[in-house]
Amino acid sequence: MDQILDLKKWYLSNYEIFENSLNGEASSPLHSIRREAINKFSNLPFPTVKDEEWKYTNISPLLKYSFKPSFNLPNLHRNEIIKFLFEGMESHLLVFINGNFSNDLSDLSRLPNGVVAGSIAEAIAIDSPIIKKHLGKYADYKNQIFTSLSTAFMKDGAFIYVPNGKVVESPIHILFLTTSSEEQILSQPRNLFVAGKNSQLKVIEHFNSLNGNIYFTNTVTEIVLEENAVIDHIKLQEESKKAFHISRMEIDQERNSNFTSHSISFGGSISRNDINSIFNDEGGECTLNGLFITNESQLYDTHTMIDHAKPHCNSHEHYKGILDDSSRGVFNGKVMVRKDAQKTNAFQENNNIILSKEALVNTKPQLEIFADDVKCSHGATIGQLDMDAMFYLKSRGIGEESARSILIHAFASDVIKSIKVKPIRNYVEEILTEKFNK
Amino acid sequence: MLEVKNLHVKIDGKEILKGINLKVNKGEIHAIMGPNGSGKSTLAQVLAGREEYEVTKGEVIYEGKNLLELSPEDRAREGLFLAFQYPVEIPGVSNTNLLKTALNEIRKARGEEEVDALEFLSLIKERMKLVELDQSLLSRSVNEGFSGGEKKRNEIFQMAVLEPKLAILDETDSGLDIDALRIVANGVNKLKSNDNSTIVVTHYQRLLNYIIPDFVHVLYNGKIVKSGGKDLASELEEKGYDWVKDPSNELVSN
Repeated sequence: MDQILDLKKWYLSNYEIFENSLNGEASSPLHSIRREAINKFSNLPFPTVKDEEWKYTNISPLLKYSFKPSFNLPNLHRNEIIKFLFEGMESHLLVFINGNFSNDLSDLSRLPNGVVAGSIAEAIAIDSPIIKKHLGKYADYKNQIFTSLSTAFMKDGAFIYVPNGKVVESPIHILFLTTSSEEQILSQPRNLFVAGKNSQLKVIEHFNSLNGNIYFTNTVTEIVLEENAVIDHIKLQEESKKAFHISRMEIDQERNSNFTSHSISFGGSISRNDINSIFNDEGGECTLNGLFITNESQLYDTHTMIDHAKPHCNSHEHYKGILDDSSRGVFNGKVMVRKDAQKTNAFQENNNIILSKEALVNTKPQLEIFADDVKCSHGATIGQLDMDAMFYLKSRGIGEESARSILIHAFASDVIKSIKVKPIRNYVEEILTEKFNK
Repeated sequence: MLEVKNLHVKIDGKEILKGINLKVNKGEIHAIMGPNGSGKSTLAQVLAGREEYEVTKGEVIYEGKNLLELSPEDRAREGLFLAFQYPVEIPGVSNTNLLKTALNEIRKARGEEEVDALEFLSLIKERMKLVELDQSLLSRSVNEGFSGGEKKRNEIFQMAVLEPKLAILDETDSGLDIDALRIVANGVNKLKSNDNSTIVVTHYQRLLNYIIPDFVHVLYNGKIVKSGGKDLASELEEKGYDWVKDPSNELVSN
């Protein structure tokens, strides 16, 4: 307990240092949000397994460290980031090191006219009306302690604004790299993506590390889709195996908007993802797909919530997990169909494959339906590799390792195939081959 | 080619095969017939290496090697092929991918070069014609959504590509209409040579009108109770399996 108190004090004292560094900005309306958030942070308890929402995810290992909020941009050479780019992908590149924007490493030279992509710190500095309207408005910092922590320290992160009618053809690749040495870094990129009416955007949030050390990424992304906007979002989480990763993504969908997300997760010792989407108007479509692969003692947790607040919306959700060794997986998918949300279609599925005796998955699909004219389904499976299929492949001369790899690929294939950005699809396939074709 | 000696096999503590003796020489076609539950499929699966079966007694010599010591994949690499009674559906694995991987692993085991893309493509196109399979099935997932007939033809197609020395067809005829049966039989006959051998496991005599066996064996209650030439099949068809179940007719000749 004392340890936790000390930890609170640690973050609060770091907040003071942070606040002092803000100078003139400390009187802005945005700063009052930060202030409110740090107050909430100091009052909220850290979640324990007694909290229903954290029942299977024990974060006490995370609370053993005093992570240092990072506001300095380490000097990196372009050569050091090349290996994190995707082969054959034309993209607009945003690079963040320890949560801080690097203008030198980013490449935004080919952005279409009027489209804004860059550092949210800059957008805050110029008092962008988009920031005023949206930042901090969707992610609940009053009840979620890690979101309070993020909101209190809001400084840098990715900001994308696509004006009405604009189409960004090439994906915007946001690379979040962490380099942690003796000091254990807290990296808190705070992102906001706003897609105007009839606009279109592909965006990749990519988390990786330069040196596989202990650090903590606590990231919050708020996404707004205005009428008829389309966003194809991919998150690729390849954090260090010693790192902690906590993320929240809040999606606000207006009429006829279409949001697709693929969350591909390999890294982190403990990773927890909260993804919430709400339909504020009719005709919306939301797809949340995911693939996680864990081994050793990794713990992966995703909680999603799709809120069908309005009629005539469709949601599809498909998460797949592949777990080896003594790793753990948690999937909690909630779909809420409110009283007025007639003609809702909501489909959810979670399938898991366990490759060892010790691995474990807790899966909980939750459908709450208050409307009466809807089509909804959900399902969850946990199994092992199909032994009949295994024997069939072997009887054709295919060895044990290859047969295993083929079946794991096959298991993951429908989620991978639904990724629309081909270089990412190829990359995920490669990782899978690397992991299971030893 | 193959010699099965006094083979006893158990599954879940229950003895299914109770002393099988069978000798198959190069270039021969053997038919194994018998009523349901007599152990025909067990024999086929044990020869292919299914791990769930426990061999309690006896041995199997294949091409001078102790077959029972080889893994299923090594048996396939040594030229043994099983056409499954119930071909397995594998969603997410394309037919082409399966065949290419299989062919290359078999080649690698034999110290041969991997097949190049063009060579492979022309090989599979040619072999597809043998069993009149539609090309669209190549890119589809293995057996997924295939009709019963397509599944069986797909087995023979795989056999045609992998060119085994010893093929075991496990009830490949079951559930096929007469046209599909002819296509399957025609494929098997075209692949037949003096260097390879075939074991046809079947419940019905019908298939043997198209694939003419050199020997017919009747399996009943885990044992071969009768062996003879191709006429034995017609005799069985006429008299029914009750005939072999009658102990006074029990005459084992090999």
